[in-house]
Amino acid sequence: MANLIAEYSRNRRLRQRMREAPILAFLFMCALASIGTTVGIVIVLLEGALQFFREVPVFEFLTGTEWTPLFSNKQFGVLPLLSATVVISFAALAIAVPVGLLTAVYLSEYAPEGVRSIVKPVLEVLAGIPTVVLGYFAISFINPTIIKPLFSTETPFTALGAAMAMGVMLIPMVASLSEDAMRAVPASLREGAYAVGSDRFQVSVKVVVPAALSGIVAAALLALARAVGETMIVTIAAGSIANFSANPLEPMQTMTAYIAQVVFGDTERGGVEYQSVFAVGLLLFIFTLSINMLAQAVLARFREIYD
Amino acid sequence: MVTENFLNLPQTTTAEAAVEPARDATPESVIDVRELQAYYGENRALKDISLSLYSRRVSAIIGPSGCGKSTLVRCLNRMHEMSSGGHVKGEVLYQGENIYGAGVDPVELRSRIGMVFQKPNPFPKSIFENVAFGLKVNGISGNTSERVERSLRRAALWDEVKDRLKQSALQLSGGQQQRLCIARALAVEPEVILMDEPCSALDPMATLAVEELIRELSQEVTIIIVTHNMQQAARVSHHTAFLMMDQDKAGYLVEYGPTSEVFTNPKSEHTEAYITGRFS
Repeated sequence: MANLIAEYSRNRRLRQRMREAPILAFLFMCALASIGTTVGIVIVLLEGALQFFREVPVFEFLTGTEWTPLFSNKQFGVLPLLSATVVISFAALAIAVPVGLLTAVYLSEYAPEGVRSIVKPVLEVLAGIPTVVLGYFAISFINPTIIKPLFSTETPFTALGAAMAMGVMLIPMVASLSEDAMRAVPASLREGAYAVGSDRFQVSVKVVVPAALSGIVAAALLALARAVGETMIVTIAAGSIANFSANPLEPMQTMTAYIAQVVFGDTERGGVEYQSVFAVGLLLFIFTLSINMLAQAVLARFREIYD
Repeated sequence: MVTENFLNLPQTTTAEAAVEPARDATPESVIDVRELQAYYGENRALKDISLSLYSRRVSAIIGPSGCGKSTLVRCLNRMHEMSSGGHVKGEVLYQGENIYGAGVDPVELRSRIGMVFQKPNPFPKSIFENVAFGLKVNGISGNTSERVERSLRRAALWDEVKDRLKQSALQLSGGQQQRLCIARALAVEPEVILMDEPCSALDPMATLAVEELIRELSQEVTIIIVTHNMQQAARVSHHTAFLMMDQDKAGYLVEYGPTSEVFTNPKSEHTEAYITGRFS
């Protein structure tokens, strides 16, 4: 009797396993697809970059201050591209983080439910604006009507104009993620603060924001990763001059904008200037990957506190 | 049956109450609730509550779940209006002044009527900063560390934390956290402290420590404590209010009087049924 039952359940398990096997395989393939793509990208990048570094020494690439691969006198110093990426990304963050954070404070702590239920979706629509539109917004509005009269710049392309458009792009992301972090702060903490005679502003600034800080930092880091990887706005609005400068009123070319220029341009495949794209791409990949990992680490800490 | 046991409990209170008259025979009322109605949106949660809460006494509010005990205390420092749709009708006089009157600043009011919550809710900051928080937001300058120490001593927590004031408050045990929250409330020297089931998340030993503290503190401050634990009400309070939910789901005051009377000689059969454990 006991044997029969054991055998029956053994058969049952076997049948179940056989039925589940194809499903399992399918799900596994799905998971594999994204991992496989990532691995593929890394391999392609590494391969191209290795070929490039056969022509140009890594040291020269990382420390050179001239980037002129499309000129007759080819120079492959990535610092102008790197500095443009850093300048534009941080300028964009300097706009998006304060505005996004204050928006989040308003939405989470001040806005009545009615207002919130309208503003939040609108904000999310803003996040859906194609970046090409923002790029044109930068050259057709921000540069001529804001930056030119303000700083009397000559060029229609400035790093600042691109950074401002990018800031607009990032505001919804920072606001939405920060607001999520703030709303995750338990109501009991707010009540505790109100109960000792805090006003709304003190509750927001001294309790809610500090308690949500890791979430806010993670939001800023994710925004930074997006800014570093953003291509369209900078391609359109920042100009296409690799310029080793920290002055945001000048035109600049970021790493992404350079890649786009070469890929869409008529550069000959296989040449060293074509291969430079892989080296720049690899650098960009390492850059955004480390920011993302940092953001994940900060978020992981954040989860620990509230679970 | 359990009934016997329950009816015996108030004995301790009676013994303590016997010591009471030495302090002042006729207690002075500090909060007068007059025909208070509390609402959540359209729903009335409390109706026609009128009672006087006495200075430097412990008043317990007891009653079955959902009868509006917590809502009632949250009306006393205007915390109720923080809940969505929360509003009131009627008056709550604090030292003779209606706290719902025009021109009363709820923020200022809350610095005079402190509150301790069901679940300990220390801020994710250091022990020191937790206690000093109220001083900071109220712009109380002067010797902060002295005031922090005094508040921690009054909350009977000083000896346990004096060597680690810089550590996170979240590392303390539940009972210590709750005493820290009491210290945080005490730091701004409120005249009244509202306690909303302060022991419900604590183990029996921590509960005893907090109860001891409540008795101690009632020498100087008025304490109003919500509890669903009748033994606790009997152990710590001088006066007890018994609330119940009516047919229309609104809580009303069934009986209010000295704790010894409410427990040994309740006027209402509902009270008797509740304290003898016939319903909960």
